[in-house]
Amino acid sequence: MNEVRRLLPGKQTSSSPISKERLVERGFDRALDYALALEPEEIISTVTKSGIKGRGGAAFPTGVKWSSVSKAEGSVKYVVMNADESELGTFKDRVLLEEDPLGALVGLVIGAHAVGAKKAYCYIRGEYREVEQTLARAIETLRHGGWVGPHGVEIEIRRGAGAYIAGEETALFNSIEGKRPEPRVKPPFPTTKGLWASPTLIQNVETLANVAILFAHDLHWFTAYGTQDTVGTKLVGLSGHIRRPGVYEVPFGTPMQEILDAPELGGTVSGSGRLGAVLLGGAAGTFLTPQEVKNTVLDYPSLGAIGASIGSGAIMVFDDTVNLEWVVTKLARFFAEESCGQCVPCRIGTKRILEMMETGELWTRTSDLRALGQAMKDASICGLGQTAPVALLSILERPELRHHA
Amino acid sequence: MGLTTAFGSGAGTSAYEDFHHTAFILLVGSNAAEAHPIIFHHIMKGVHNGAKLVVVDPRKTLTTKRAHEHLQIAVGSDIALLNAIAHVIIRDQLYRADFIERATTGFDAFRTSVATWTPERAAAITGIETDRIESLAHRYAMAPSAMIGWTLGITEHHNAVDNVMALINLSLLGGNVGRPYAGLNPLRGQNNVQGGGDMGALPNRLPGFQDITDPAVREKFERAWGVSISSQRGWDQTQMFDAMDRGALRGLYVIGENPLQSEANSAHMRKIFSQLDALVVQDIFLTATGKMADVVLPARASFAESDGTYTNSERRVQRVKAGRQAPGEAQDDLWIVTSLARAMGYDWPFSKAEQVFDEMRHLTTNYYGMTYDRLEQEHGLQWPVPEEGHPGSRVLHERLWDDVVVDKAPFTCVEWAPPTEQTTAEYPLLLTTGRRLAFFNTGVQSNVYDHPHNTGEWMEIHPKDAETLGINDEDVVRVLSRRGEVEVPAHYSEAVNPGTVFMTFHFPDEVMTNALTIDSTDPQSGTAEFKAAAVRVERLNVVVDK
Amino acid sequence: MENTVTLTIDGESVTVAQGTTLRAACEEVQHPVPTLCWHENLTAANACRACVVEVKGSRTLVASCSRIAEAGMEVQTASERVLNSRKVVAELLLSTSDASIAPDLQSLAAISSADAERFSGGNTWAQPVREDNNLYVRDLAKCILCYRCVEACGDDAQNTFAIAVAGRGFNAHIDAGFGRDLPESDCVYCGNCVAVCPTGALIGKREFDLRARGEWDEDKITTTPTVCSFCGVGCELDLHVMDNQIIKVTSPLDHPVTHGMLCVKGRFGYEFAQSEEPV
Ligand SMILES: Cc1cc2nc3c(=O)[nH]c(=O)nc-3n(C[C@H](O)[C@H](O)[C@H](O)COP(=O)(O)O)c2cc1C
Ligand code: SF4
Ligand code: SF4
Ligand code: SF4
Repeated sequence: MNEVRRLLPGKQTSSSPISKERLVERGFDRALDYALALEPEEIISTVTKSGIKGRGGAAFPTGVKWSSVSKAEGSVKYVVMNADESELGTFKDRVLLEEDPLGALVGLVIGAHAVGAKKAYCYIRGEYREVEQTLARAIETLRHGGWVGPHGVEIEIRRGAGAYIAGEETALFNSIEGKRPEPRVKPPFPTTKGLWASPTLIQNVETLANVAILFAHDLHWFTAYGTQDTVGTKLVGLSGHIRRPGVYEVPFGTPMQEILDAPELGGTVSGSGRLGAVLLGGAAGTFLTPQEVKNTVLDYPSLGAIGASIGSGAIMVFDDTVNLEWVVTKLARFFAEESCGQCVPCRIGTKRILEMMETGELWTRTSDLRALGQAMKDASICGLGQTAPVALLSILERPELRHHA
Repeated sequence: MGLTTAFGSGAGTSAYEDFHHTAFILLVGSNAAEAHPIIFHHIMKGVHNGAKLVVVDPRKTLTTKRAHEHLQIAVGSDIALLNAIAHVIIRDQLYRADFIERATTGFDAFRTSVATWTPERAAAITGIETDRIESLAHRYAMAPSAMIGWTLGITEHHNAVDNVMALINLSLLGGNVGRPYAGLNPLRGQNNVQGGGDMGALPNRLPGFQDITDPAVREKFERAWGVSISSQRGWDQTQMFDAMDRGALRGLYVIGENPLQSEANSAHMRKIFSQLDALVVQDIFLTATGKMADVVLPARASFAESDGTYTNSERRVQRVKAGRQAPGEAQDDLWIVTSLARAMGYDWPFSKAEQVFDEMRHLTTNYYGMTYDRLEQEHGLQWPVPEEGHPGSRVLHERLWDDVVVDKAPFTCVEWAPPTEQTTAEYPLLLTTGRRLAFFNTGVQSNVYDHPHNTGEWMEIHPKDAETLGINDEDVVRVLSRRGEVEVPAHYSEAVNPGTVFMTFHFPDEVMTNALTIDSTDPQSGTAEFKAAAVRVERLNVVVDK
Repeated sequence: MENTVTLTIDGESVTVAQGTTLRAACEEVQHPVPTLCWHENLTAANACRACVVEVKGSRTLVASCSRIAEAGMEVQTASERVLNSRKVVAELLLSTSDASIAPDLQSLAAISSADAERFSGGNTWAQPVREDNNLYVRDLAKCILCYRCVEACGDDAQNTFAIAVAGRGFNAHIDAGFGRDLPESDCVYCGNCVAVCPTGALIGKREFDLRARGEWDEDKITTTPTVCSFCGVGCELDLHVMDNQIIKVTSPLDHPVTHGMLCVKGRFGYEFAQSEEPV
């Protein structure tokens, strides 16, 4: 069995996701009572030992971040749950918030306590209207328990403005502050100067859910899954030519091929039935050849060795009939439309890439594309521009994918 | 005026830069964002660095929009407010006792004089709630440093000097003068008002504010000029107008002013000007005053066509240079004055501006270290500059922070008096005047360029008043005061309080606002009360129907 | 030494005051980095990315205009990656915007050996000139979106906030709000945006007209420093005069009163001095 259920509630879970009973059933009341009685340093030390890494894409060690915010100077601090989830092929945070909204919120409350914040925000993608209501009711449940409110932490929901870029942490702060969602230059990092120029802890929904289950159990339980380097489980989103599309929780270290083929996971490639390529990590991700899929497992070192990254956990599957040039054009359009327009490499670069894709120049202007892609990776302000050429460059590195084009 | 009395020289005590790092900025009667836009940049730098900005103004303006707090006081009630602030600071013992002890005089009398100025009393006059007065007093007094700025709003009242004195009292209470990031700053309305004062264009002063009644001073100038100087104080502008009225003054030489339109009660002005035997006007335009003149001397546009210096509101003396040639027969002021002297039989040489400046600086300690070369290379210098290597003085009156202060600064007791003209049933509204950003004074200079906002004059009236009077937005109305009347479009505006209307004097050829204003003047400075005149507003068609 | 940091720039060790930006540090050792959007009196906008340098240990290149020097940093101003980015930035801008009166962009293109053709042929920012008032003109086909005008109109000087960036991606542009004409906007015509614009996208009407008629002649223009004749602030004006006509007014960037900024009267109110009316 490759599928596990820890972040996602077990199939036998019967209570309503927003109820007090659910808190008990999942052990979250226990987690809160236990964690909030600890000294902040103890919480941070536990998170650090757990090895949790950020699940929003950058895989930054969560304990290090908490420690920075906690140490940062400032009388006012904030914590933010990033639920903007607008990456292509990514819908795991939605599923998590639908099925178990209390988990991420409990992680948020523990985070606030650990860094000394009195105010928290949930920044949720504008289209997730129903999830937003679920989340609001879950917050009420925590309020009744006394964890949220004047004596705990105040939690406010903010709705995103329908822009992918608003999920970038500093653009998200600008958005909450009522400004245009443009990323800010880093440093200073959010840990020292985030929301309203105060030290801010911002985490992805799934990261916070990991914190909740960590404190609902213990380190030993938490580290039972995963690899030496990458502890725990990961939500992956399967889409495209796959028989069982959806969100699955798998331990780090699961072979990529199994994620596609296992009957309780992907259940094998659909369409022609023959794998053409996988796009791992969403629009900003990397194309993997069938060979690479066969030889890698889902963890950071293994994928890093072939220049790929897990990103948000999106796995898009293409059978061998798909024209990848068409896919790359789609991705190029996405970035050109979502670029905030602030910096030159991304504002103009994404447009030029789109134009070149539309005129079918992927394989004829490789040196121009490489130079442009390198400049975008090197000189764009934020992750959007820096990763916009990644998928395209990954195809150029894998000429064997060309015959599909 | 007030500053000269208190500190010996009539100039702002800080540099603009001091706004950047101060903790508290109090603007009284100043719409700096429109009247002094570049000083406002410095003020906003301070605000972005954390300073609190409080603006006292009867109107909502672009300046009040950026303020942390706006106290929209009744026209002409500043002294009541300022005295009440002093009252609270003294009552709650928030003043800087050490500074007051060491560097000031007259505190006890002042304490007694504001004892009756309770916030309740001031609230009744200013329309500002007592808790706001209390809170402002506390915040001002607790700020580690505070800058106070004011403009015409304060000085164009019949009690202008008292207004300034009341601000000086506040600054002394907080020790907010003579040190960085704290000071008293009159924002000068015209480009070289400060320079004119510096050069002794005052009834009782020689260059550098040197006192004409001091024999040693007179002797120094007499030796340099080879003439004897009268020890008598001259007339100020109001006294001159009075003398014209009485027939005691029969000839007038006006340089670069347009009093017929810029002075209050213009009908009266026209009358006394027409009584003159001789009127000479020197200007770059044929102004309304010029049209009445016996002789008009065409001048050059000083800033672009002639040489010299201007002094700005932070005492910075800067070089003015000719960038273009003047048209026709226009000559610069120095040439004209010299020629006049020669025509009168004096053997004045035709000097260059720099020679005149050099002569002056050798007689004036404040200017001594300035040369034309230095002024040009160093983007001007802030006086005093007592020696040639001296870098100029950012802060004035640092002596107040010496261990032993010889020349102490006096508190002055000032009493509030209502505006000379009260509203009556016949004239139920108070007219107050001011400036708009794109325009300037009587518009001689500013109505020439093609500004998109150049839509002429209008009167701001609160919609409530307008509705009572049956006036629609943009109706042309007739405004009448005891002295005259004008017709002007009315604009609904929430910027003024009910009971008050607002106009500028930028477009005198279309709307002669100063036909309405009152020439009641401040006995001390001679500034007229532009800021408050009782008026009545009528719908035009109603009058026509009669 | 207290309050200083020592780092190396292109192998050369240099000690600078704490808080110095990498850009300033590079200038100090005479390895200057080119800039477009950076301006000495404005907050660094960080938008053009022409000033990037390579810092050892940093995954991406670093914008030197806003990165503060740290002890032990190893900085390269001319590595292969730096040169590539610089060149691409120039090429991308040349592919969208009319650089005919943008000296900074022209020189960036020259020093980076940019090939203006490489990324051209696609969409550009060509658009009609907007002449909706007689003081300044918006010729946004020249704009490089450096944000200078937005900052000068906002926090950094004027605090009017009349212009901002609207739209996103390639459609991002300078706007006075809802695409309005300037007279309908909050603009107060101080022209401080014009003063800081590096490309001529915002340009005085007078200069625009003279250039359009081919009469603008740098060789015939003299510049004279003087002082504004309106209010008592005392702003220094540099009068740009051609054929005995004032055609433009600026103020020195290092002037303690203005920092290069003026109000509408100082910048555009000069006509009275040369109107036909004088006596
Ligand atoms: C263009 C862009 C979009 C992003 N969108 C999201 C998002 O929707 N959700 C998210 O959690 N992180 C997103 N991120 C990553 C965040 O900036 C940030 O790294 C993350 O919220 C940190 O949380 P974590 O450490 O828990 O992953 C985005 C980054 C970029 C560059
Ligand atoms: S990289 Fe793209 S999205 Fe990010 S700041 Fe630059 S233009 Fe905006
Ligand atoms: S108009 Fe000029 S100043 Fe404004 S963004 Fe464009 S190029 Fe920069
Ligand atoms: S430019 Fe504006 S603020 Fe400066 S002196 Fe002239 S009128 Fe005053």
